[in-house]
Amino acid sequence: MTDLTKLTLAEARAGLERRRFSATELARAFLDAIGAGNGALNAYVLATPEVALAQARASDERLARGEARPLEGLPLGIKDLYCTRGVRTTACSDILAEFTPTYESTVTQNLWDAGAVMLGKLNCDEFAMGSSNETSRFGPVTNPWRRRASNVALVPGGSSGGSSAAVAADLCLAATATDTGGSIRQPAAITGTVGIKPTYGRCSRWGIVAFASSLDQAGPIAKTVRDAAIMLRHMASTDAKDTTSVDMPVPDYEAAVGASIQGLKVGVPKEYRIDGMPREIEALWQQGIAWLRATGATIHDVSLPHTKYALPAYYIVAPAECSSNLARYDGVRYGLREPGDDLIATYEATRAAGFGAEVRRRVLIGTYVLSAGYYDAYYLKAQKVRSLIKRDFEEAFAKVDVLLTPTTPGPAFGIGEVSGDPIQMYLNDIFTVTVNMAGLPGISVPAGLSSEGTPLGLQLIGRPFDEATLFRAGQAIEDSAGRFAPPEPWWVTSTGAQSGKTPGKAAGKTPRKTRGKTPRRT
Amino acid sequence: MQVDEATVRRIARLARIRITDAEAKALEKELSGILDWVEQLDAVDTAGVEPMTRVIPMSLRKRADVVTDGGIADDIVANAPAREDHFFAVPKVVE
Repeated sequence: MTDLTKLTLAEARAGLERRRFSATELARAFLDAIGAGNGALNAYVLATPEVALAQARASDERLARGEARPLEGLPLGIKDLYCTRGVRTTACSDILAEFTPTYESTVTQNLWDAGAVMLGKLNCDEFAMGSSNETSRFGPVTNPWRRRASNVALVPGGSSGGSSAAVAADLCLAATATDTGGSIRQPAAITGTVGIKPTYGRCSRWGIVAFASSLDQAGPIAKTVRDAAIMLRHMASTDAKDTTSVDMPVPDYEAAVGASIQGLKVGVPKEYRIDGMPREIEALWQQGIAWLRATGATIHDVSLPHTKYALPAYYIVAPAECSSNLARYDGVRYGLREPGDDLIATYEATRAAGFGAEVRRRVLIGTYVLSAGYYDAYYLKAQKVRSLIKRDFEEAFAKVDVLLTPTTPGPAFGIGEVSGDPIQMYLNDIFTVTVNMAGLPGISVPAGLSSEGTPLGLQLIGRPFDEATLFRAGQAIEDSAGRFAPPEPWWVTSTGAQSGKTPGKAAGKTPRKTRGKTPRRT
Repeated sequence: MQVDEATVRRIARLARIRITDAEAKALEKELSGILDWVEQLDAVDTAGVEPMTRVIPMSLRKRADVVTDGGIADDIVANAPAREDHFFAVPKVVE
């Protein structure tokens, strides 16, 4: 039998329908891959083989009865920001300790109701605050991609770094992720995977650990545009438990995949051509323009004049909302408690011990900008700038159907390479954060390799709730660029090749030498 | 905007996060750096601009004013670091 973990979600769906293999065989293949590969990658912070095999068994029974649901028997990884009933959920923060939800997030419930199988919980930056997955309590995730002829461990992006690494390394068919400033699209871009942040309100936020409530949105990371379309359809819903979830039917996004882009108007925003942008990013962008033009789209210059203010405005809005959301971690109702002499001292000790440096920094910034006398100067000002950013997009979308930009200002960097100045890390989100500020949908599609041999992505930005156009145009890029997979699976160790083992941090951390093969395009 | 050590300590107190002297020093620099950087927003003319509150025009949905949940005290205290029966236990607050 061929390696089942290499299949796309759509291929696995077809294989199960035709009974070429069973859901149990499929789940076991992934559990084995996790056992053999997670030690080196650290993508999963908790594997759930019992859950996976029980769900797979139930799926096999349904398949046998001819009662398969849309995602029947398809194994997924779940970002550890999603609450999962009876399965530890930590947001990769010490402050949540061994928190085990007694409820299920709406998005994951939707996936289980559609028949999907849970392989485990995926690593991420603490409370999804980061662009490199280096702030996790469980340690960094290693990108399955390496620079040509190099063993340097690269970051998989963040905050959804466990999701992007697991999908790129075939440790799941697809993964859930979340995006507050770029946390789906940036990791997808630098691991050669597809990631979509849908319009704010498309997926319920209920049961997802909150970071910045006016920006947070759930979405998938997957191997192909089609797989992402399948995933999003079954993650999205209207949910009475989240009053910001929209009351609109969820379209069949897969129907848009492969549809012609003849006559599609594609806007190219000049403000995304930033100072000091690497030549290879500019070249990738031009290549994307050429591909879309060659497949029938028309290209138009557009202007989004307030682009450069999006990132600083974000670093007021996001910390402000995070300081408010994270006030709930007080050591009383759940999670860590660090005893102090009195209640206030207990709060202070608990939050000092439980929050990592980046989370503390953002809570403090947020507390400052919301403190008496500063609200108007910071938060209100930033929300007004948001209106201007949104207006820029509305004016552009009066002329074009979709916007094309690079996803990131560069390829994956080394673990520990960007440290010291927090703003340097924040700049990773320069092309993605505008989309969150305006609440729009954005997709990142793999488009090429950097001079270092590592993946780069192009971003498409759409009108509110026009994810279908992103899938349509995204498929056109995928058809032109091809798919990208890491060269050799250097992370596979034979010793760990047993299912049912909970991933630990220690095992197999030392990367083995690559054989320097060029990446295969599939 | 430069924040001094006293301001850092005041914010940390408001945020209920204990910080050491060394951390206060480092945060003084980091927070000042970030606040300096966001100051570029002063260059944007926002006179007459409404703050953004919604992505698309929609009013918050309301639900019927009826009880939909309850009787799950066991669930609610299940993850408490300290509890007595169905109560969260905390250090003494009132003498």
